[in-house]
Amino acid sequence: MAEERYGIDLLVVGAGVVGAAVAHYAARAGLRVTVVEQAGVASGSTGAGEGNLLVSDKTPGPELDLALLSMRLWTELAQTVPGFEYEAKGGLVVTGDDTGLAALRRLAGAQRAAGVTVTEVADPTDCEPHIRTGLAGGVLYPQDAQLMPALAAARLLDHPFIRLHTGVTVTGPITSRRGRVVGVTTTEGHYSCGNVAICAGAASGRLAAAFGTRLPITPRRGVVLVTAPVPPMIRHKVYTADYVGDVAGDTAALASSPVVEGTPSGPVLIGATRESVGWDRAIPVTALRTLASGAVALFPALAAVPVIRAYAGFRPFSPDHLPVIGPDPELVGLWHATGHEGAGVGLAAATGSLLAQAVTGRTPSLDLTPFRPHRFQEAT
Amino acid sequence: MYDLVVIGAGPAGMAAAEVVADHGGTVAVVDAGDQPGGQFHRHRPGEVHGRRLEALYAVAARVDMRYGHRVWTVERAGDRFAVRCVVGQREPASAVVSGRAVLLATGAHDRVVPFPGADLPGVMTAGGAQALLKGGGVVPSGRIVVAGTGVFLLPVAAGLAAAGGRVRGVYEANRPGRRLSSMAGEWGRIAEAGGYASRLVRHRVGFHRGQAVVAAHGRDRLTAVTVARLTANWRVVPGSRRRIECDVLAVGYGFTPQLELAEALGCRLEPGASGDPVVAVSATQRTSVPGVYAAGEVTGVGGASSAELEGRLAGHAVMGVRPPGRLLTGRAQARRFAYRLETAFPVRDGWRSWLTDDTVVCRCESVTWSGVRGAASAGAVDARTVKLLSRAGMGYCQGRVCGYAVNRLVGGDPMSVPVRRPIAQPLPLGLLAEEGEP
Repeated sequence: MAEERYGIDLLVVGAGVVGAAVAHYAARAGLRVTVVEQAGVASGSTGAGEGNLLVSDKTPGPELDLALLSMRLWTELAQTVPGFEYEAKGGLVVTGDDTGLAALRRLAGAQRAAGVTVTEVADPTDCEPHIRTGLAGGVLYPQDAQLMPALAAARLLDHPFIRLHTGVTVTGPITSRRGRVVGVTTTEGHYSCGNVAICAGAASGRLAAAFGTRLPITPRRGVVLVTAPVPPMIRHKVYTADYVGDVAGDTAALASSPVVEGTPSGPVLIGATRESVGWDRAIPVTALRTLASGAVALFPALAAVPVIRAYAGFRPFSPDHLPVIGPDPELVGLWHATGHEGAGVGLAAATGSLLAQAVTGRTPSLDLTPFRPHRFQEAT
Repeated sequence: MYDLVVIGAGPAGMAAAEVVADHGGTVAVVDAGDQPGGQFHRHRPGEVHGRRLEALYAVAARVDMRYGHRVWTVERAGDRFAVRCVVGQREPASAVVSGRAVLLATGAHDRVVPFPGADLPGVMTAGGAQALLKGGGVVPSGRIVVAGTGVFLLPVAAGLAAAGGRVRGVYEANRPGRRLSSMAGEWGRIAEAGGYASRLVRHRVGFHRGQAVVAAHGRDRLTAVTVARLTANWRVVPGSRRRIECDVLAVGYGFTPQLELAEALGCRLEPGASGDPVVAVSATQRTSVPGVYAAGEVTGVGGASSAELEGRLAGHAVMGVRPPGRLLTGRAQARRFAYRLETAFPVRDGWRSWLTDDTVVCRCESVTWSGVRGAASAGAVDARTVKLLSRAGMGYCQGRVCGYAVNRLVGGDPMSVPVRRPIAQPLPLGLLAEEGEP
């Protein structure tokens, strides 16, 4: 392995879907990339994700722009590196009452103006035969899609210019006298490289600290329920949008139900919760109950379907709900891509493409200013 | 609210229940089955013969037996525990049994080692064969081969032969001869071991050391097996393969403790004698979580006598009563013996060389050895990451059957064998939606 520790253009820390996408686009740009991962591929948040590619839940702004770019890139990746169960199934957002419907329409209108394809659905049972009756209406988002996150990470890493080293934990930077990153120290020895990209998900804050940078990324737990396989009965990604707060204004706060969807292999996925509880993996019954009741309220026929599994993962939570993509404020040659919270799988493709453009000195095809890692330092 | 809720009505659980009842405590015993005794004392319905079964039923009459209760989680709520169960098959309902302490006596299931043809009808686990025999008096028809490793193979073979089964031979992968003779004194103390060897001799069943069934054959069902001599690391000795015609293969490579409830409660796990995880307990069966006790196979596979001693100790600890000294010394001896048995019958990694590309490793999701290898080359390092990339262990059994093998196939740390199953038993979504506060 020794010869693989030198001549690295970009060393990516983390073999989750974001690290894999960064590595993939950097390798496509001609860089020699090594990905180091403390456990295995997709062993962190990616392995606990649902694989939601959503534009429907985003209000117009930088995150929606990033999502729209990512949707295009994922569609392309599904052609160039297939094999990750990509399914452009579309999302259906429903609402139970007229106030909710009015708010949903307002949001959909703003999203349409920002480039999202939206179709209003008067009777949700027309597109989802098993959904409960009596809903006020819904909006269909054909761009919402689904993929299998762990397979996506593995497929993105399968490139001749990418080497993957599992079981390697990065402990800190090696810097030149001029203060540039020239390598990293790890539990398995030193690596020499031109650039380092930290793509360590919820652990990115901790890792950035080892590089001397304060990045306020904290773990936010999400729980997902999985049922036994059932015959196909749910066609889209379906969730309820309940609008609370100032429904008259443009800034309605959204309290949505869990996303319910079928998978190609049969199980129904229901997720996810959002709880800031540190790194606690123990799943409380209340979290499971919330998911189950949300799903049964939408699809009454699910009441009889057995749940066989629940799992928890830790999303990288960013205080201003925007991901962190770009160069480190201090250390030249250090880059960050994290803080996507629950949207990391969806936003990974765009994140990887934009960061690779930045690392190779090109102008990113989308302005990275809103995502700059500096912003937390500027605020204090 | 009970002083103790026992999960598992086997030897450990019933012994603990008896001690707590003796000291005036209230006990509920929760079990998925419909009789006391667990796997070890499994018996035909209505068959209550012998002192042991009568004693079990006497205890059962003094405590609250909750049969047909499948525990899906145990929740800690302040100073008490809510044991959440699913009851009934056709129209399942939920039930919560609360106690100020819980005893995890959930036992173990067969540790499965895959080999070509293991998914053919006619191949069963040794534990499964034993359960059929004890619970229903069922003796598989046709010629039977018993294979694997561990002392458990002896009662299985002897039981089948005594009940009229045509046992063609027992193939023990290890060569335990010398190490076992050094334990001769201890053997004598274990009543359950007595008589098996002589019964095998009486029924002319050959006992073959250092040999294993490395493949099973048949089109629609089992018709023959390949037996081979093994090296010390369980690779096949070249030229030693031979075919034996048979209709049934009972195969067992020891046992894996059922750890999901302990894991969900946050009990500390530690490597057992084999290196695989077990629940860490004190000398009085306390786990690292106050109020949670563990006894029997979940703390290390040791057999029924050991489990019973541990259950008694746990019962005393729950009631705050000093246990008789003979219990403590008995348990210490039983643990030493169990440790030596477990190390005398290890599973060596050479079994991995028996597999062919199309050998099914995970039956639920039909994942083969080449599928597992593909996941490993894509960056999977343990059972969990193999599951994510190949679906092995993602199906109905949630890796209980294949988890051990998958983990070993990719060289995962023995402690990383999958035990985290927050939903320990399937339950309908509708029931989960209506679960009340503890």
